[in-house]
Amino acid sequence: MGEILLQLNNISVVYSDVIQVLKGVSLSVEKGHIVSLLGSNGAGKTTTLKAISGLLKPENGEVTDGSVIYNGKNIQNQSPEYITRQGIIQVLEGRQPFKYLTIEENLRVGTATRPSKPYKQDLEMVYNYFPALVARRKSLAGYCSGGELQMLVIGRALMAHPQLLMLDEPSLGLAPLVVQEIFRIIKKINEEHETTIVLVEQNAHMALQVAHYAYVMENGKIMMEGASKDLADNPDVKEFYLGMAATGIAKSYKDVKAYRRRKRWL
Amino acid sequence: MDFFLQLLVNGVCVGLLYGISAMGFVMIFKSSSVLNFAHGELLALGAFFFLALITWAQIPIFAAFILTLIGCFILGFIIEKFFLRPLIGEKLIFVIMLTVGLAAMFKGLILLIWGGNLHTYPDFLPESLALKLGAIYIAPVYTATLVISIIFLVLFGLFFKQSSQGIYMRSVADNQKAALSLGVNVRRVFALSWAIAAMVASMSGIVLGIINGVNVHDLSSIGLKVFPVVILGGLDSISGAIIGGIIIGLLETFTGGYLSPSLRDVVPYIVLVFILLIKPYGLFGLVEIERV
Repeated sequence: MGEILLQLNNISVVYSDVIQVLKGVSLSVEKGHIVSLLGSNGAGKTTTLKAISGLLKPENGEVTDGSVIYNGKNIQNQSPEYITRQGIIQVLEGRQPFKYLTIEENLRVGTATRPSKPYKQDLEMVYNYFPALVARRKSLAGYCSGGELQMLVIGRALMAHPQLLMLDEPSLGLAPLVVQEIFRIIKKINEEHETTIVLVEQNAHMALQVAHYAYVMENGKIMMEGASKDLADNPDVKEFYLGMAATGIAKSYKDVKAYRRRKRWL
Repeated sequence: MDFFLQLLVNGVCVGLLYGISAMGFVMIFKSSSVLNFAHGELLALGAFFFLALITWAQIPIFAAFILTLIGCFILGFIIEKFFLRPLIGEKLIFVIMLTVGLAAMFKGLILLIWGGNLHTYPDFLPESLALKLGAIYIAPVYTATLVISIIFLVLFGLFFKQSSQGIYMRSVADNQKAALSLGVNVRRVFALSWAIAAMVASMSGIVLGIINGVNVHDLSSIGLKVFPVVILGGLDSISGAIIGGIIIGLLETFTGGYLSPSLRDVVPYIVLVFILLIKPYGLFGLVEIERV
């Protein structure tokens, strides 16, 4: 195994002092790898990312237990300003552009972690990855399409020269062809810049294709982990996330395993 | 007709001042959603600070002007650091009440030091600044106002459009969560918006002091005029603040000139009500960009 860049040791996250969302999550991310985090809605994937990037604080959340170790340093419950300056950038779910700024100004905000450094070359780099943005560089982000915005927010994060890039559902609400394009570029960024990437996805099929390693989350816990290839062949994953029965035909809900149908009271 | 043009010019000049002072108010509101009720007192503080520098300390006019701007810039930083920062995350109403408290405190401080009388600056603007266009006479102070306002507008335009710090400030106003995720120093942006607001307020305070004389009550009530100005312009639009300022300035001078000087403080509000009936978001309020 290669060098470990990020390690979560048994972390718990509690919102507003009462709502426990993560119940002991441990995972490790190898340098230069793409690691994917799969799971259904409410499994705690986004919370895991926020626990790493420090964005829990503004939402009144806190890592109450365990540790987040990045490059040998303890970073749990640090401010986002500190964590981004260590080289961890999270791309938020749902794109979140600065609507009233132009595309180019949006990209320039990405330089916030290293202000007053030259940024022209980085702009060129982003435009190389996303040629679709060049034509729209002077238009307001609020008027761009979903695909362009997804490219914009990934590009904006690249402007910060991240060591660890965390993408939260980059495929959300995009056409299949655009999704493919985005994933192709994610893979390219990983290969060319040796950027380590943590990828949270609902689209398990695409995610398992690009990732080296994957974790499956459920109910605030890691349920399963393994190399992407192994997981893609795993019958449970196939059934729940890839939508196929072991035999290859879609299965009826009544055959789904009992623990999936257990009543939930909360 | 000459009278009309004369009023027009004066109105635009005063209006630009209102607009620039309102711009500071809008900046604080945009970055941190705080309504600053101490804005008029910041105006007055700037005017009195300038007065102290040129009468007590006998510093040359231009140096005193620059010093006042720098001083108020720092004052803005201090206000944010010691009074507002501890309240980040508290309910907005507490923060707004705090600014009301600050207003009372500053006003008291000025009354304590200078008293409530009308002070005047020594006459320092050279008569050569006056412009004569036909029958219209533009007094030196109005020429100076125009020049200073335009310099400020251009500088701020460049700052917000070109400089990185300006773009970070706009990003926080636009989407604070996304700005945080990219490592924008949000606290610095808040501090900077207070500093800039205090600075432009002091600038307007000085110029209004030259026009009307320096008096706490007058200057702080002018601060209240930022409310019709920003509401007219749309609470979150900086260019709207400038245009709203010009409209209020024109309304005031025309009412004062044609109707009665005692009505000049009332009519702008009446017009404001009618404009808001037609355009509830103000003339230039941001229409939410809605896309799915």
